Amino acid sequence: MTQDRLTVPATATTPTSGGDPAVRVAGVDKVFTGRRGQVEALHQVDLVVDPGEFVSLIGPSGCGKSTLLRLVADLDSPTAGTIEVFGKSARRARLDQDYGIAFQSAGLLPWRSVADNVELPLRLHGADGATRRGRVAELLEMVGLSEFAGSFPDQLSGGMQQRVAIARSLAENPRLLLMDEPFGALDEMTRERMQSELVRITSETGAAVVFVTHSIPEAVFLSHRVVVMTPRPGRITGEVDVRLGDQRDEDLREDERFFAAVTAVREALHGRPTPASGAHGRDLR
Amino acid sequence: MAVGSVRWRPVALGAAGVLGLVVLWEGYKALGPAEGVTVAGQAVLPRTTDLGMPHVWDMIGRALEPATSIEGAAPVWLAVVQAALVTLGTATAGLLLGTVVGILLALLMQRFVVAEWAVQPWLILSQTVPLIALAPLVVSWGGRLQLGPVQWETWMSVGVIASYLAFFPMAVGALRGLKSPEAAHTDLFRTYATSWWTTLLRLRLPAAVPYLLPALRLATAAAILGAVVAEVSTGHKGGIGRLIIEYAQSGSADPAKAWAPIAGAVLLGLFAAGLVYLLGLALGRYRRQEETA
Repeated sequence: MTQDRLTVPATATTPTSGGDPAVRVAGVDKVFTGRRGQVEALHQVDLVVDPGEFVSLIGPSGCGKSTLLRLVADLDSPTAGTIEVFGKSARRARLDQDYGIAFQSAGLLPWRSVADNVELPLRLHGADGATRRGRVAELLEMVGLSEFAGSFPDQLSGGMQQRVAIARSLAENPRLLLMDEPFGALDEMTRERMQSELVRITSETGAAVVFVTHSIPEAVFLSHRVVVMTPRPGRITGEVDVRLGDQRDEDLREDERFFAAVTAVREALHGRPTPASGAHGRDLR
Repeated sequence: MAVGSVRWRPVALGAAGVLGLVVLWEGYKALGPAEGVTVAGQAVLPRTTDLGMPHVWDMIGRALEPATSIEGAAPVWLAVVQAALVTLGTATAGLLLGTVVGILLALLMQRFVVAEWAVQPWLILSQTVPLIALAPLVVSWGGRLQLGPVQWETWMSVGVIASYLAFFPMAVGALRGLKSPEAAHTDLFRTYATSWWTTLLRLRLPAAVPYLLPALRLATAAAILGAVVAEVSTGHKGGIGRLIIEYAQSGSADPAKAWAPIAGAVLLGLFAAGLVYLLGLALGRYRRQEETA
């Protein structure tokens, strides 16, 4: 693992020590009360994400991974336990715009052009015109959609819409990105291309990422660390340290270390002991 | 893109529709029995005499002649146009009032769920009260109103009655529209920590446009209908409603004349619908979902 760390550029995403973690979840329970009684969506969840660290939450439907992400985003509040984002309450962090977010549906506003969608958070928070134009040009360059600045969302493919959404989530240079299955609706080829772009973008920006997915190869390819969750009640049952380095390209998908990590995550998901391999998993049960 | 073919087709079909109506009218007049068609003592089709059904060209010809035999009287069509403009003005005032009230009610219902439960039944109930019953009430209430230097006038009563019909489709359409943004959008705005007002301005109102336009189309028609009926039932002079009554009273002597203000009311409705259509074109960027869906 250490030889991979050596190839990391100075600006990149090695977790830095010191200061508050990007996300600290401690003893969190979430109970939804519905018409048919109570559903325990999360049970005693603890999670720490370091600044610059890419962490994937993986697990079957109903394991509470999206719920956990929504709690971090302060779109919902925990029934018990605490959530801190950069040392503040989740609510404070939301009000301070400390994170950017992307959902499974791109969620672009259909009446705004691509450029206007990307600049939406800047406009809502009162950035001046010149700043907005400069930042939008930068971001569209980053996601490779400069020539589509004037197009409308309905003129773009699903993958392009998702790239716009990612550019939008990066608009205010957040140090934390929350992503809820952002590539879930894309075809496999587009998906792999988007993953490579996301690796590049996050290593350029140095933002920490909490990434919800149910695809094992996706989690392995993207993450420094994969957190495995199981349902009923939703809880964290394992963790796989992946760290395949920041020079991740298409060749990595054919690499032995990649397969080893995929196996480690799969076994953590199915609750079997992990054999010795490049990636090491920990069963937390 | 075959823009040309898209443009002329509706125009041609519209013209064919009007022509078809003329052919039907004249065809029945030519072929139908003079005493009309009665089934079990009930008249189901009108008499085909010149009194009951004047020729279309007689109606047009009459519209071009002076309204009365008085020297220098304006032609019928001009009187109709002037009356239509008066009604248009009143109906517009009513539509504006109805739109404001409708959208405010929708905002209230969107903001507070309790308000939706409380207001919704009254909304439905309001539309079951017959307009004719309401008109004299509004006039008599208005007559007792003293708004500082402003004297309540009959046209205001007509406008209020028109707004009473117009606000309902606006309230229903606006509520659906304001509630239309998907969860991803409302979540997104929540993460941006925007105020209710900003969310309204940047998300809910733009998203409501595809619902507001059809509502406005209905409200416009309702406002004109309301204004015409209110003119008739309040006896307000100057508008097309009054003119319909006036000309109908000279029916037996001058049957072709009575059709001019009716045609005027129809054209007024078409004109207003055209304005709403143009507004829809101007708001095209908010209707992209509509067109691609």
